[in-house]
Amino acid sequence: MAIPVAAMEQAPIDWEVPEVQVGLWADAWVRFRRNRLAVVGLTIITFLIVVALVSPLLVHFGLLANPIKQNVDSIETGPGVNGHLFGTDILGRDTLSRLMIGSEVSLTVGLLVQAIIFPIGLTIGLTAGYFGGRIDNLLMRFTDIWYAFPDLLFVLVVVSVWRLSGSWFFQLIPIFGAIALVNWVGLARLVRGQVLSIKEKEYIEAARSSGSPPLKLILRHLLPNSLGPIIVTLTFGIPQAIFLEAVLSFLGVGIQPPQPTWGQMVADGVEAIYPNPTGVVFPALAIGFTLLAFSFIGDGLRDALDPRMRR
Amino acid sequence: MLVRVSGVYKHFPVGGFGGLAVRAVDGVDLEIRRGETLGLVGESGCGKSTLARLITGLLPVTAGSIVFDGQDVTRIRGARLRRVRRRMQMIFQDPFASLDPRMTVGDILQEPLDNFSIGTLRERRKRVQELLRLVGLNPNFTNRYPHEFSGGQRQRIGIARALSVNPSFIVCDEPVSALDVSIQAQIINLLQDLQREFQLTYLFIAHDLAVVRHLSDRIAVMYLGKVVETADRNDIYDKPQHPYTKALLSSIPVPDPMVEKGRAPITLKGEIPSPVNPPSGCRFHPRCPIARVPGVCSEVEPPLEPHGAVDQVAACHFAGQF
Repeated sequence: MAIPVAAMEQAPIDWEVPEVQVGLWADAWVRFRRNRLAVVGLTIITFLIVVALVSPLLVHFGLLANPIKQNVDSIETGPGVNGHLFGTDILGRDTLSRLMIGSEVSLTVGLLVQAIIFPIGLTIGLTAGYFGGRIDNLLMRFTDIWYAFPDLLFVLVVVSVWRLSGSWFFQLIPIFGAIALVNWVGLARLVRGQVLSIKEKEYIEAARSSGSPPLKLILRHLLPNSLGPIIVTLTFGIPQAIFLEAVLSFLGVGIQPPQPTWGQMVADGVEAIYPNPTGVVFPALAIGFTLLAFSFIGDGLRDALDPRMRR
Repeated sequence: MLVRVSGVYKHFPVGGFGGLAVRAVDGVDLEIRRGETLGLVGESGCGKSTLARLITGLLPVTAGSIVFDGQDVTRIRGARLRRVRRRMQMIFQDPFASLDPRMTVGDILQEPLDNFSIGTLRERRKRVQELLRLVGLNPNFTNRYPHEFSGGQRQRIGIARALSVNPSFIVCDEPVSALDVSIQAQIINLLQDLQREFQLTYLFIAHDLAVVRHLSDRIAVMYLGKVVETADRNDIYDKPQHPYTKALLSSIPVPDPMVEKGRAPITLKGEIPSPVNPPSGCRFHPRCPIARVPGVCSEVEPPLEPHGAVDQVAACHFAGQF
């Protein structure tokens, strides 16, 4: 179909706009980089991811001590003794190696839980917010019911009832399943709130009057415009999930040995905290720094993406 | 006749018990003729913008019918309503809120073309550039984001979007009230040029009476959810029949200080009443300077009837008697 061409003489070109040409996402990235703590956090996490990916290889090629190899001759040594940079634990296993290998569990839990939460919370929140009325009511009451479960208790029950054996990843499935089940609620509520406020904006009305069907409104307008706070919430959810997994492992219902995890290492270390405090201190520091780094990133993202901060 | 609004009501329930509702639009009859500009004026909160959204089908009506080009738009929805939107577009009040901040100007302008599958992808791209040129913007700005533009430029983008699908009718919901006065003139001239160029019909909503007088062929005055007077532009300014219209007109400042000094604008007493619980009878009577017959103005609701000039209707028991 031919487009009717306006037979109008060329109108004068309006005032120029400044030469810069950045989208809001690129703009947010610039602001994020200006936040020193956020960059520190990002560096720590990047380093951690590299460690998690590389350390199994290092163990494989003998460059790093085997994290599950026991050695009765050097039990609970302090740092630096017998070539163990961070010392050994109650069974004589190398603490540094266990820390490095343990990072994969923590990172996997943190990231995968968010990966499960994201589609659930997004779908429920978008549907409830966009359609409103009875659908909204139904979905939100359902959400309230989930919200009423005490987090830790629920996770403990699920994890002790439903156990999978096998590799650590298999064992993790009930854990992040349970954590995700109690944590999607917050995201669903946030998304619903976002959609409710953005739905009233004039550009949504404009899109509707341009003939955009509902699915397009949701995916093209509502979703991109509510993504900022969603990303922030997911980022803050990562340390929460990591912490919850550490708690479970500390209590002995998390990943089973021999796979090392930080929570388990703290639990093991506590037994010998007087002769060898480093057995608790190093895994605790690892947990602490990881949580802190994710929180810094979350703060940075929030400041970078917050529409009220926009010029 | 392009648009015929008859007996249209829009009540927004205010929750709670007792069925209270904001009667934003409370029985409006209005006609918009092909090729004309109908100016719609009234105080803030009188239901102008709600009426605009009802006419464009963005809000469902509570009761009444709106016939656009022979089709009652209140009885269709979904895909059929979307098809009507190709001939009926809207320009929004706030140029800072009406463009999606996450989309480039090119995508914003192309969206309606995509929705109605107009032309091939290449033709659409070309059309977008043509639209930008048409509203006086640099056609190379397609990959810029809205926040890089000024208010006037953004409003031009909004106008280009409304024009993109070649509509015959455009509802302009206070398109200049958010802009600087100098920019207002440019946008108004652009709207007039476009109307001449494409034989557009406008419903032009505003609270700036000077702007409306400049643009409109006919003018309708709204008060608290109802149209109280409709007439030809000159008739309504020269001999208003409704006391509210007269009060509204007398509030326009005269640019000549000598005239302005000797002028006594009619000041209305009191606030605009709540649309949840409008006054009985003529809803203007508590503030009306001429409501003198007790038992009439406060009891009987005046219908819109011919008064004064040809084509002039007013809803007042004592139309023209002041």
